[in-house]
Amino acid sequence: MNLLPKYDVIVVGAGHAGCEAAAAAANMGSKTLLITMDMNKIAQMSCNPAMGGVAKGQIVREIDALGGYSGIISDLSMIQFRMLNQSKGPAMWSPRAQCDRIVFSIGWRDYLESLPNLDFWQDAVTELAIENKTVVGVKTAWGIDFSAKTVILTNGTFLNGLMHVGQTKIEGGRVSEPPIKALSEQIQSYGFRLGRMKTGTPMRIDGRTVDFSQLTEQKGDENIQAFSFMHENESLPFLKQRSCYICETSETVHSKLSEGLKSSPLYDGTIQSIGPRYCPSIETKLQTFPDKNSHQLFVEPEGESTIEYYLNGFSSSLPWENQLAALRKIKGFENARIFRPGYAIEYDFFDPTQLKSTLETKIIENLFFAGQINGTTGYEEAGAQGLMAGINAHLKINEKPAFTLNRDQAYIGVLIDDLITKGVDEPYRMFTSRAEFRILLRQDNADVRLTELSHKIGLASDERMKRLKNKIDLRDHFIQFASDFSCKPEYINDSLEKLNTSPLQQKTKLRKIIMRPQVHIEALRGVIEPLENEIQSHSISNEIIQAAEILIKYEGYINRERLLAEKLTRLENIPIENLNYEKIQSLSTEGRQKLIKIQPKTIAQASRISGVSPSDISVLLVYLGR
Amino acid sequence: MKNYVTDTICAISTGGIEAAIALVRLSGPDAISIADKIFQSKQVANLKDAQGYRMYFGRITDQQTEIDEVLASVFFGPKSYTGENIVEISCHGSLFVQQRILELLQANGARIAEPGEFTKRAFLNGKMDLNQAEAVSDLIASDSKASHHLALKQMKDGFSREIKSMRDDLLKLVSLMELELDFSEEDVEFADRTELKALMERISDRISALLSGFRYGNVLKNGMPVVIAGKPNVGKSSLLNALLKEDRAIVSHIPGTTRDSLEDDMVIAGIRFRFIDTAGLRDTKDEIEGEGIRRAYDKIKKAGIVLLMVESHDDISAVMSIISSVRETINESEAQCFLLQNKADIHSAVTLDKQKLEQQIPGISTFVISAKIGSGISELTDAMVNSVQVMKGNADVILSNMRHVEALGNASEALSRANEALQVGVPSDLVSQDLREVLHHLGLITGEISTDEVLGEIFRSFCIGK
Repeated sequence: MNLLPKYDVIVVGAGHAGCEAAAAAANMGSKTLLITMDMNKIAQMSCNPAMGGVAKGQIVREIDALGGYSGIISDLSMIQFRMLNQSKGPAMWSPRAQCDRIVFSIGWRDYLESLPNLDFWQDAVTELAIENKTVVGVKTAWGIDFSAKTVILTNGTFLNGLMHVGQTKIEGGRVSEPPIKALSEQIQSYGFRLGRMKTGTPMRIDGRTVDFSQLTEQKGDENIQAFSFMHENESLPFLKQRSCYICETSETVHSKLSEGLKSSPLYDGTIQSIGPRYCPSIETKLQTFPDKNSHQLFVEPEGESTIEYYLNGFSSSLPWENQLAALRKIKGFENARIFRPGYAIEYDFFDPTQLKSTLETKIIENLFFAGQINGTTGYEEAGAQGLMAGINAHLKINEKPAFTLNRDQAYIGVLIDDLITKGVDEPYRMFTSRAEFRILLRQDNADVRLTELSHKIGLASDERMKRLKNKIDLRDHFIQFASDFSCKPEYINDSLEKLNTSPLQQKTKLRKIIMRPQVHIEALRGVIEPLENEIQSHSISNEIIQAAEILIKYEGYINRERLLAEKLTRLENIPIENLNYEKIQSLSTEGRQKLIKIQPKTIAQASRISGVSPSDISVLLVYLGR
Repeated sequence: MKNYVTDTICAISTGGIEAAIALVRLSGPDAISIADKIFQSKQVANLKDAQGYRMYFGRITDQQTEIDEVLASVFFGPKSYTGENIVEISCHGSLFVQQRILELLQANGARIAEPGEFTKRAFLNGKMDLNQAEAVSDLIASDSKASHHLALKQMKDGFSREIKSMRDDLLKLVSLMELELDFSEEDVEFADRTELKALMERISDRISALLSGFRYGNVLKNGMPVVIAGKPNVGKSSLLNALLKEDRAIVSHIPGTTRDSLEDDMVIAGIRFRFIDTAGLRDTKDEIEGEGIRRAYDKIKKAGIVLLMVESHDDISAVMSIISSVRETINESEAQCFLLQNKADIHSAVTLDKQKLEQQIPGISTFVISAKIGSGISELTDAMVNSVQVMKGNADVILSNMRHVEALGNASEALSRANEALQVGVPSDLVSQDLREVLHHLGLITGEISTDEVLGEIFRSFCIGK
């Protein structure tokens, strides 16, 4: 009886990782099943209602360039946009959007429902079907067996999830949602190393009870830039835009919070798991930085019209009474009511060094992990892994070469390489400082870096390629124009003076002028008529002008970075195959142990393993005959 | 284990200087058979049957002629310095003999070892770890007197500790800059640019001192290259002769050996100078002469001292023209430039005033000499000796490890880029990129290279995170 088809790919979990994984596999042509415990919680923003930010915004752009949906959905649901770090170099410009949490979820569901290759099933996966160390399907809480060629686990915080508010503990993956038990134990029984992590979320506040006049308003940018390369900036926004607000804690707030410390699960030893250092709970901030008598908090709207607000920076697992009492000591919140307190959650993750660069596990064939199950945090990090797992599951079934990205190609490459090479000792979040070549990994060129690669493997659409080609053509055309066109001093010196840059002595190429840090093409358009004509006649968009300007202005940095990256690539190209590290006597003891554990595929990967020293690398190079 | 060493290498292990005795060393799979072809002894018919670790008296011959009476020892791998078969030949110390033996070994299938290759092979064969290998090279390169112990000790403790402490300071500031970038939304204190600049200056000064110490060490080892340049016929060759007359401690004049035939070595005040004569600099259409001039520029590029000769009656424009023709090349080599106004014997009236000239052309010292009658030569050699001693300066560490030198050089380059970027107001993420490069290069010396460090520092020291 074949009531149920055999799937190519089963994705377990419909969070940010699961959705991208299912969409990618289905779009590439795999018969895909997405299993989620709750069809109404697809792509839930469990923590703050925002996408992007420094380094994360770059990841969203990369996901989009590869043909994922996170960027498109972010555009549809944004209620505030800001390009962060605009005073820094272009590698730091980072798009960030507040999103309507419900529109985000519905938007994702609409997109997924439009995919003919994708089926849905509402249920909990409780067990994997494994034969000969190969996964062949899943078993659900209803006792249904689904068979599949590959399975992608994106369980988020649900594996043995345990939530804490003060001394109260509730089992679950999110508030009011039950945990998944036994699955971790089954996976562990195959020899996987498992750990526990902790994360937290702040209280949600009733906006009707907040005196916003006491807070500092933070508006979004006038010029909204789309996350998706498929959207025109001018077509945004789709929703009404809203402001965020800034407020501050004080010593009175801190003393209220301190009263709860004795009942804090973080400090009485109840919670042993590792939390993220960069996203500490408010009580951790008090403990770690006792000298600081004020911490900044951000009040973020949860949607286009809702009164619900998210209090960013106030994550806590103190007893709810202490949280609320402290909140009411914050200026503007004297009469505040809340929808729910902040809480901490502990959950299982699997040491990601047990994964291949495709996110397939080394121990069980055809089983892929993506998202928080790998010890990461963040919607963007999860989405990126889901996308890569979905792509590689499809490629594996079709016996095509794996699709991986290098550290100089994408933040996604940095992310996955870090995970599988270094492992994690706290929830892993992306930072620009993790990338050696961040000048290459800009948000403006994610499409140039990645779209063609994705098109080749059959994910990025022809329409995407067409838009990319058009962008590159116009960009190069513009750069050529700037290289050929000479400006006369008399036309431009007045303007240059206004921009606080030295006047020209003689006719000078436009390109040279654009290279000056103070000069922006936008400011020259009104002054140099042929420039404006050129832009108009070819209808070159602002986005393309900006791309050209970045390439001209930062050419020196970009080129040097490229050279360094190529140097590294040479090491990436030295493969390590079947080295018996036990036998190599010159290796340091720690280096040998780490190499045995990680089994790096290239010399460059080996060099990134902590504990493997430069002299260990010399030894390996020598052994490989270099 | 892969067999990556197939060829046999040879070298003069005693540094190729003239001395009472010298040691020629052969290492590799064919070391014994190659040595057998040129070594005859009554004590052992064939070196492969020799007892290891003892000396055999015998002769080195090339077919007909005897080259030298020598002592040879065989060390069987893996119980040898390199872990391979080694033959060591102690010969007499004449440069001719040493050279001849090397040539014979080459003719029989050995190749000249690259610098440090014996130690490298020892490292490859698991005879020593990288640190030991480096210590060996320090030992080899250090000045045989005082700096020997100093170099070793400093290299082991002080030097790398010092680099580490500078690097730690820089790491802190870079972390602050990264903090501004990755957590720009938060109320964190920012990196103090004045402090950063001061630190960059301190590191940069220290690196320069270390690098100049390296150049000094290099001079001790390989001699100070002195290039004599100038227009044709200004008396360059006479100067060479005058210098040779001035000091009787002439080391060599080795025609047709590995060195350029126009080189002469001599030791002045304990320092070896390598004089290199060059073709006269002038515009020419003659292809061969042009090639000679091109080579002259190459030599200048590698010079430690450039003796730029003019005639003492040359006017300022003639002097300036010759200077400008070599200026760029000299800047590149960071060589000392001495302007020699020659033929003081003929043109008794020197037209150009020394003080004026030195003012006009910064960084140049002038000397009025007569190569022909030998006047002014001792002042010149004093100045040359002095310039070597200045190089030593207060370098308490004699750097000899090429890996360290390269790392410091790269660090210094990245530092100056960062400095320049700070001056012109380049955004901090780009400055930080240069500084991260500095950290990387310094980390190659201290053995710490990791991008996680920056984050670790951030999380340790600052309250961040919403």
